[in-house]
Amino acid sequence: MLVVLVGIVILHLTEIIILIISTSVNAWRMAGARSYDLWYDCQTINGGYNCLGAHDADWLQAVQALMVLATLFCMLSFIFFLCQLFTLAKGGRFLFTAVFQVLSSLFVMSGAIIYTVMSPDEHNAEHSYGYAFVLAWLAFPLTLISGFIYIILRKKE
Amino acid sequence: MCSVQKLTSTSPQSEAIVVYTGWERHALVGSDVRLSCSFFSWRWTSEDVTFSWSYRPDGAKDSISIFHYTGGAPYVDNKGPFRDRLEFVGNPPRRDGSILIRNLDFSDNGTFTCDAKNPPDIVGRPSSVRLLVFEKIPIQAGVITGAIIGVVLGLLILVVAIYYLMRFLVARRVFDLSVSKHGKKGKGKEAQQRQASVLVDPAKQKAAASEKKKQESRREKK
Repeated sequence: MLVVLVGIVILHLTEIIILIISTSVNAWRMAGARSYDLWYDCQTINGGYNCLGAHDADWLQAVQALMVLATLFCMLSFIFFLCQLFTLAKGGRFLFTAVFQVLSSLFVMSGAIIYTVMSPDEHNAEHSYGYAFVLAWLAFPLTLISGFIYIILRKKE
Repeated sequence: MCSVQKLTSTSPQSEAIVVYTGWERHALVGSDVRLSCSFFSWRWTSEDVTFSWSYRPDGAKDSISIFHYTGGAPYVDNKGPFRDRLEFVGNPPRRDGSILIRNLDFSDNGTFTCDAKNPPDIVGRPSSVRLLVFEKIPIQAGVITGAIIGVVLGLLILVVAIYYLMRFLVARRVFDLSVSKHGKKGKGKEAQQRQASVLVDPAKQKAAASEKKKQESRREKK
């Protein structure tokens, strides 16, 4: 039981870290020395940064909001997990934790999908998706799996 | 020993004329925009008051004069970029030198400078207003972001509030006892169970009522 508990806690903390990095680091797309989205459009020139605000399209703002909400809900579900760990009766299920975790995974999924669909096609050879984008897509199945684990998990002692 | 004399010492600052225009104007393509210009002067508005508007397109270095009011008569642009589109809508005796530009186009983006003079009060700086012409009014960065986050969190709080309200109402309806201020007197096991769960569970609860009942039945089995 302790092993399972430690494993779940580590998984949840990993997800929180992944979501925080993906939301706050400005590296959803890269084009050579230029990294842009989610918040800024920055170029590294001669060792210094030259940044503009990101293109304020409607869909980009929606993605920003969804990523922030996903991070928030993941953190909230971790807090509820710790609460429920001590207050739940024996045999009880961590349903509130699960609800928040599943919601967080839905938000991250929506954000990643909207970004993927709406970001303009760049046929430039140098364009590539950055690591923050990859982390966002990675966060979705992780949070979903951990949400399902919380649904099934029962408190034993 | 040299003494430095300030050139402005003869005309004190309080007698300079101060010209006011807006800072920036946003407008849609095809619409009309009113550029206002007014001034502050310690002297009465003279009959020889003059207003001048000039226009400098974005990126250009030179400005072109487009409007002049002098000797009681306005003279609008009849050769330049604003011919037939410019109209004087101001009231010089009331210190208003505003102009109206009709049917805006993207080429009208630029800086408009108003210079007003109220003889003998002529020392002052002209004031500029920037015109920005849009196809559609853009949404500022962050408005939608904030709106989505606010709405979702608001819904969350609303659901929690409704949930607690429902519990409170159910508790009061089922047990028609003289509920004390602390509501701790209960009759029957159900009351104790319900109130115990209210006291024990500190976390915010957001779940359907059925899930809550499942949890309570599990606590009863304890």
